Amino acid sequence: MGKTLAEKVWDAHVVRRAEGEPDLLYIDLHLVHEVTSPQAFEGLRLAGRPVRRPDLTLATEDHNTPTLDIDKPIADLTSRTQIETLRRNCAEFGIRLHPLGDVEQGIVHVVGPQLGLTQPGLTVVCGDSHTSTHGAFGALAFGIGTSEVEHVLATQTLPLRPFKTMAINVEGQLRPGTSAKDIILAVIAKIGTGGGQGYVLEYRGEAIRSLSMEARMTICNMSIEAGARAGMIAPDETTFEYIKGRPHAPEGKEWDAALEDWKSLRTDDDAEFDAEVTIDAGALEPFVTWGTNPGQGLPLSAAVPDPDSFADESARAAARRALQYMDLEPGTPLRDIPVDTVFIGSCTNGRIEDLRAAAAVVKGRRKADGVRVLVVPGSHRVREQAEREGLDAIFTEFGAEWRHAGCSMCLGMNPDQLAPGERSASTSNRNFEGRQGKGGRTHLVSPLVAAATGVRGTLSSPADLEPATPTR
Amino acid sequence: MEKFIRHTGVGVPMRHSNVDTDQIIPAVYLKRVSRTGFEDALFAAWRNDESFILNQEPYRSGSVLVAGPDFGTGSSREHAVWALKDYGFKAVLSARFADIFRGNSGKQGLVTGQLAQDDIEQIWKVLENEPGTEVTVDLEQRQVRCADIVAPMEVDEYTRWRLMEGLDDIALTLRHTDDIDDFETSRPSHKPRTLV
Ligand code: SF4
Repeated sequence: MGKTLAEKVWDAHVVRRAEGEPDLLYIDLHLVHEVTSPQAFEGLRLAGRPVRRPDLTLATEDHNTPTLDIDKPIADLTSRTQIETLRRNCAEFGIRLHPLGDVEQGIVHVVGPQLGLTQPGLTVVCGDSHTSTHGAFGALAFGIGTSEVEHVLATQTLPLRPFKTMAINVEGQLRPGTSAKDIILAVIAKIGTGGGQGYVLEYRGEAIRSLSMEARMTICNMSIEAGARAGMIAPDETTFEYIKGRPHAPEGKEWDAALEDWKSLRTDDDAEFDAEVTIDAGALEPFVTWGTNPGQGLPLSAAVPDPDSFADESARAAARRALQYMDLEPGTPLRDIPVDTVFIGSCTNGRIEDLRAAAAVVKGRRKADGVRVLVVPGSHRVREQAEREGLDAIFTEFGAEWRHAGCSMCLGMNPDQLAPGERSASTSNRNFEGRQGKGGRTHLVSPLVAAATGVRGTLSSPADLEPATPTR
Repeated sequence: MEKFIRHTGVGVPMRHSNVDTDQIIPAVYLKRVSRTGFEDALFAAWRNDESFILNQEPYRSGSVLVAGPDFGTGSSREHAVWALKDYGFKAVLSARFADIFRGNSGKQGLVTGQLAQDDIEQIWKVLENEPGTEVTVDLEQRQVRCADIVAPMEVDEYTRWRLMEGLDDIALTLRHTDDIDDFETSRPSHKPRTLV
């Protein structure tokens, strides 16, 4: 029997296999950020252990960093301590770091691919659940906890049990106004926040093949929100094209050798998945969440559901609790929900293509009164590229704030936060209670929906907008 | 790491399903750089609510958390495990755990026992009717006992062995440094490096 893509990558990294024990898996690329690493470095120091492969390790600052006044010292003392601790640790252990203000700084999952470090067939880990993003290149990429960070630093390996595999077949083609974000929100709504547990999801099918790398990253990024360990997409010409010429892409003969390897990275025709799910991209509408987990989502044309309409008691209870937290009434059309804030950014949707999509919607328009719109590039390089294309001007004329790169309002850890009771349309990946700030209420949306929502002030898609009137 | 064979302590019935790690420990507490002292951060947002279970005697001093399904979803933060441990929990029981959370727990010596949801419901009833009832989590017997309930508990075999022996993962792997050296000699040269 043939192998799935995930099994091929797994098998190529087994350092040691013994009966009754987890496989010892080699790690090709270890990404590090300030939040989940300090205790791992502390552990190394306490045990007197060095970092085995600093040359397979890369650190950036993203979660705690402000997106305004980045040349000033970080005001929040604990944030500053965490950043300074990372800097000290990287210096002590010889690890390359892209600090705040550096041209390569940005969200760790945006930086890896953009440097060309994320490549097909690698094992990639980071103390961050959205490491699944890198699976878009056909890498086996997954989030780990801080003790595992310490384990990888010390040994460049991890003891792991094989994952199960699930095929997510995305047939048909997306219609205008829908995007990769709608695919993944629909997948999560379908299989549930626990549906992917124990699995590596492989996204396949016509719709996936025609997506750009940015869009594929959006999908793989949110695999974790379906409970999966990782998401993967087999590499193809789109992948190779994206990598070619990037700073860490192989060159010359190495490129040829790499390409030959990469081309073998697809699920064999006779391989079997442990589970299979199919969705039709052509039937999708813009998707938004109404609740407090990413599985509580519906097409924008729907209304806030009645908790009593759910089949089992735990779903009913969860919905009731979610609606109370979100301050929503069953039956309210989702399109009528007003927001205070629109956040465009994060490792889900903070790449150049996302900013272009949002800019195309808001071009020549003014944001709705009273709505705050934050546009936060996923990395410094994305910011530069956007400025070269004049996107920053489109956003500022629209009335949006154009910020520096970082995780920003994706999580309530830096100055960009929702105030208690505030409601956002956000292109990030988590709508948990308090995720964007204590008491904040989050609706997850695509960049297109975020932009249109900024125009109308209520959850909207570009199709809901009047044609733009030229401003000058 | 301390050995874990069995533990008996006050059970805390927590009827929420889908308790994500943002609830177990909100992001603001992740700014700390130390490895201990997270007890105040556990369920910080919920603890502001007087009716929250950990604000009630005798649950306040519980050490076995009996939770709804899908416990530990969301962010991979290991701080969630530290917070539970620092507070005094020795074991969490649930019908289903998020993978990363379960992996993290195993490494830190927090037992995550998987029980049938029916058994969880039975135990909830006992703990609610008789607050302060103790629960025994027996790793050796792979069993949870509470009043007259005896429920089979599923734990990963390898994790169970490590916990019962009190062994640390890194030390175990470093016994196989030769295998790692061998593997590295055959890695393709086109694989990327961060330092040049
Ligand atoms: S953008 Fe959000 S999800 Fe992504 S790494 Fe940062 S905090 Fe995590």
